[in-house]
Order: sequence, then C-alpha cells, then structure tokens
Amino acid sequence: MSESRQAILGQIRAALGRGPLGADAAAALDARIAQHTRLGFDGDLIERFIEKFESRAGTVVQLGSLHAVPDAVAAYRRQHGLPARAAVARPLAGLNWPADFAHHPGPAGKDEMLSVTGCLAGIAEIGSVILASGPDSPTTLNFVPDHHLVVLHAGHIVRHFEDAWARLRARPEGLPRTVNIIAGPSRTGDVELTMQLGAHGPRSVQVILVRP
Amino acid sequence: MKVGSPQFKEKVVVALADPNLRDALGQSRKGFVNGRAALVAGVPEFEAMRDEARDLKNHVLANLDHYLERFEASVTAAGGQVHWAADSEDARRIILGICQRVEARVITKGKSMVSEEIGLNDALEAQGYQVVETDLGEYIIQLAGEPPSHIIAPAIHKTKAQVAELFEAAHGGPRKTSVAELVTEARQVLREKYFQADVGITGGNYLVAETGSSIIVTNEGNGDLTQTLARVHIVTSGIERIVPTLDDVALFLRILARSATGQETETYTTISTGPRRPGDVDGPAEYHVVLVDNGRSKMLGGPFQDMLRCIRCGACMNHCPVYGAVGGHAYGWVYPGPMGAVLTPLFVGLDATRDLPNACTLNGRCESVCPVRIPLPGLLREIRRLQHEQGLRPAGEGRAIGAWRFVAERPRLYQFANRVAARLLNRMGGSAGRIAHLPGGAAWSHLRDLPAPEGQTFLEQWQARKK
Repeated sequence: MSESRQAILGQIRAALGRGPLGADAAAALDARIAQHTRLGFDGDLIERFIEKFESRAGTVVQLGSLHAVPDAVAAYRRQHGLPARAAVARPLAGLNWPADFAHHPGPAGKDEMLSVTGCLAGIAEIGSVILASGPDSPTTLNFVPDHHLVVLHAGHIVRHFEDAWARLRARPEGLPRTVNIIAGPSRTGDVELTMQLGAHGPRSVQVILVRP
Repeated sequence: MKVGSPQFKEKVVVALADPNLRDALGQSRKGFVNGRAALVAGVPEFEAMRDEARDLKNHVLANLDHYLERFEASVTAAGGQVHWAADSEDARRIILGICQRVEARVITKGKSMVSEEIGLNDALEAQGYQVVETDLGEYIIQLAGEPPSHIIAPAIHKTKAQVAELFEAAHGGPRKTSVAELVTEARQVLREKYFQADVGITGGNYLVAETGSSIIVTNEGNGDLTQTLARVHIVTSGIERIVPTLDDVALFLRILARSATGQETETYTTISTGPRRPGDVDGPAEYHVVLVDNGRSKMLGGPFQDMLRCIRCGACMNHCPVYGAVGGHAYGWVYPGPMGAVLTPLFVGLDATRDLPNACTLNGRCESVCPVRIPLPGLLREIRRLQHEQGLRPAGEGRAIGAWRFVAERPRLYQFANRVAARLLNRMGGSAGRIAHLPGGAAWSHLRDLPAPEGQTFLEQWQARKK
C-alpha cells in the first residue's frame, strides 16, 4: 500500500476523530441504498420521452415494427444525403437491409458518417437513451459518426434514472465498461455562449421508436 | 499553476477596463442566471433535493475513509487501478509515470479542474508530451496560453473574433467568421487528435463507491472521445467527489445541470467502469483513477468542511456581482468566484490571497443558489477572521474597527458622533448636496460623489416625527 494512501486515510480519520469503521458499521454503509426525491410528473411515459428528447434537438420517428427499421434508415439517409454504408450494431445486423447497403458491427472509424444502434432503455424523466457498451454496442458508434440512429422499444422507456439503474443491475455480467446516457446531439456553448450543435460527437441523433 | 492572487487589485483594474469582458460577462449573466431561475421554478421538488444533496454530501464526508476504500476495491474488481496522490507533486508524478510506462506521445484531455489545480499540462509538456485540451473552451484558452476564467465555461471571456484569430494562427487561414465555422474547424482538428492519442485524461464529476465507476457529464462529447479512443484512460478527481451508489448519483444529476447551465440535463452522462472487456472492439486497455487530496483531508473536521460538499457547478460565480464585474482571471488561480475565494486561500495560503475574501459584499446570492447549500458568505467571513488573527490585515484596519467598536458600544457617544458627522457632511455638501472629495476616502470619491446627509440623523428625525 502506498505511503500517500496511508497518509490520506490517516489524515481523514484523524480529522473525523476515529479509527477505521468496525465491520458492522461498514456493512451497514455498504447495504445502504438511499431513496431520494424524484422529479414528479404525470402523463404518458412515451409522450414525455418524445417531448423531452425533441426539446433538446433530438428527433424521433415512430415505427410499428422492428422490421421497418431498414426503411427508416434508408429514409434518413436520403434526407441527409448519406452514402449507403453504416456501422450497425450486431443485434440489428440480421434485419432485412437493402442489398446495396454496406454495414459492419464497429468500431466506428474516423470517417464513419452513420451508425445504427439499439439501447438498453429510454429515460422519460429527461428524455434520454441509455446504452451499455459491449461487443453488441461499441462506444465509438455513439460518438464518432456524424449521425446516430438509436432503436428504442417503447416498452423499454422507464420513468426515472433509478429505474434504468435497476436494468443495469439486473444484467448478469454486471456493469459494462461504459454506460452512455445520451440526450440529443453533441453541442457547445463555448464561443460567446452561442449554442452550436455537433461539437465533437454526432451532429444529429434520431430515436427510432418501435411502438407496436 | 502559478498563483496570481496577490495581484488581485491590478487584475481587477485591467478587467474593468476590458469592454469584451463586460459583454461576455453580461451575456453569461443572462444565459446562466435566467436559465437556472426558469428551470428551478418548474421543479417544485428542487429545494428538497438541495437539502438531500447537502445531507448526502455530509454523510459521505463523515464516512469518507470507508467510501474511498470501497471505491478502490470496486475499481480493482473491475480491472482498473486506483492511485492515491497526497498533493499536486504526487499526482503529477503518478500520471507522468503512467505516460512514461505506456510510451505515450499524444495525450488528449477532457475538461478537468483538478488537472488545472495540480498543474498537469505544464508538467506533461515539460517532459515532451503533446497535450491537447479537447473541450472547446479549454482548447481555446490552451491556444491563448491562458488559464480558464470560469469552471464550466473556461473561455467565457473570449469573443468570437478573438477565437477566430487564435484558430487562424494555429490552424492556418482563412479566418472564420461564424460560430458554426469555428466549431466545425475545432471539430476537425481535434478529431485527428482523439485517434492519435495514447493517453486520454478526464476529470470525474462523481466517483461511485458501489460500482467503482467514474462519471463525467458533458455537452460536447469530447470527454467520451478522449477516454474511448486512447489506449489508456486516466481519471483525475478530488477525494471528496465520492458518491456511495448510483441512486445517489441520480440525485446529483437532477441538480447539477439545472444549477450549472440552466439545462434540464447535459447531453452526455457517462459512467466508466474499468478497462475494455473481453470481446469489446473499442475502449481503453487501461483504466486508472488518481485520487487527489492536495489539502482536502485537512479541511475535514474544521470550519471549512462545508466547502468539501462543492460539486463544481459554477452557480455561485454565475450569481456573484463581484465575479460578474471582474471575471475569473482576477482571482489569480484555478477556482474563481465565491467558491474560489474560499478554496484559493485554503489551497495556496492566506498570505498570497489577502484580497480574495475581502472582495465580497456578503450579499449572499451565492449561498441562495448553491445546490449543496454551502454557506459561502460565512466561510468567507471565517477566512477574514483568520486573516485578522494571523496579522494579515493592515494595522490601520484593525485600529479603525476597534475605534468604531469603542464608539458603537456606547450609544450616547455613538449618537453624538452621528449628529456631528451628519451636520459636518451636510455643510460640506453645500447647495448641490454632494461631496466630491471625501476626506480620508479619496479612493472612494475619486470616481463618484457621496450624497450628503440631510443634516439630522435618522434617530433625530424619528424622534421629531413621532411627536
């Protein structure tokens, strides 16, 4: 153990006027899950999610079925004049993509223009999607391309952050290396506090909401 | 970082004469202050959340040793490594050691006030590393060779034209004219750097003891590209940034953006836990957290413990009339505004920072908006008291206050002195009723006139009207 570690912990304990906590006290702290005041809101979770996500320059399209995703991606590409290639997260690779559409599961390289991913959940509280990194969801897909399309099942929209944590804790493999909570496109206000989209991450983020 | 606080007065004079700074500070006032007010008005739970955040931070501080050890165990279990840095030098040595071991050349950095505090960039550059700040504001001031002037909007003092000039000098022409073009240019330049980087250094808004995670909250996504694309991710964070569980993080996520920038949320909230996992196709191969003490543990258990609750949102400076007039550079070190006026004397010493706690009107706006209810004016008063105790105030000040006290404790004498002063000043004011040259207060009346009193004291008028 490093000298600094001993020094810091020693100084903290001296300041607090006690030695290390006993086993019982430590166990009690570790078992503690505090309940905090949450944001109260009424109404439909899905409508709330859409309203909040769109309020931060994100866009939402709604589909009746997962099978319609390739068409929605094609429409998005046409709308933005994007080439027929993308980084597509592995769980979506089996969809019926057009023959001329080149896709790979990532990672996303410097010149990647478009990515299509799933997500773990949507959070209605602030209108954000939450993605858990892994072979099925490489983090570069969320940040490198100019355009990020996120497929979200309406049934996966939860109310509060805490509900999303419950989904994370329920994963048998535990927390992934990276959890990204994303509320719209990248932005900056660093030049004269003028809000500008597309600072470093995607210029545009669209949620493809699958709502059977 | 070099301490410029002893030159506070000189810096204030420069700041007050800078029209660009006036405009920038005026804009930030509108944006941040009104934004926060509008949002908070729509959240009836906000005051209860502030109470809970204060109590939670106090709980963490009372058990800080335990939560730090639990955090360390969780990081280790996730395959990462925790390093303990007692002071700035220790922290720099640890980070330099990692960079040397992995044979780094290019180092990208997300925004980290702790890295400013420990003077990291200078130390890395002195060893020949190419260090690139990737937060747009930090990048701008890195090009300008300046320290940040605000903890969340570091280049708030720079105008668009000044940024365009810096970019032209650094990237070549032609000079850009719009904010959109400037942002795009920085995006392209920095994109190359993310992919070249060997080491990515970020701060940590929260360290989660339960999971061993560090969390960053950004709008730009620069911190994410920094930590995802480099081979090695190093987090620098103060020891007080520990939070027990993810549920506790949720509480802070609800108050941070609303307090800081007047947004419901920042765009990106990222929870990082350990290095790349088996099967991952991206992400860093190493994950390090450098826990920086640098004077924090000494604040525990003393009169300044409340300051350790600070979540670095910047609301106090956004609402401070003094910061709003002089900007961040006048404070002369890393942390400006009310929180800086408390932290700077504690971190760099009372002697070098004599003016900071005194450049405060004790109006209390900072305390009224602080999301963790830090009694900033009270702490500033306590530093003033310490200055007095240590003989760091001018002798004349102590004598003057002593004389005032002598009189104020004797009501008859006080009223008599008041009556004399009121009549004297009234006569000095003449027919204009204004005093252009105040005897003994030339510095004050140099730029303005003192309205002369009416000739009778308040008490005299009160007695007369009561009859």
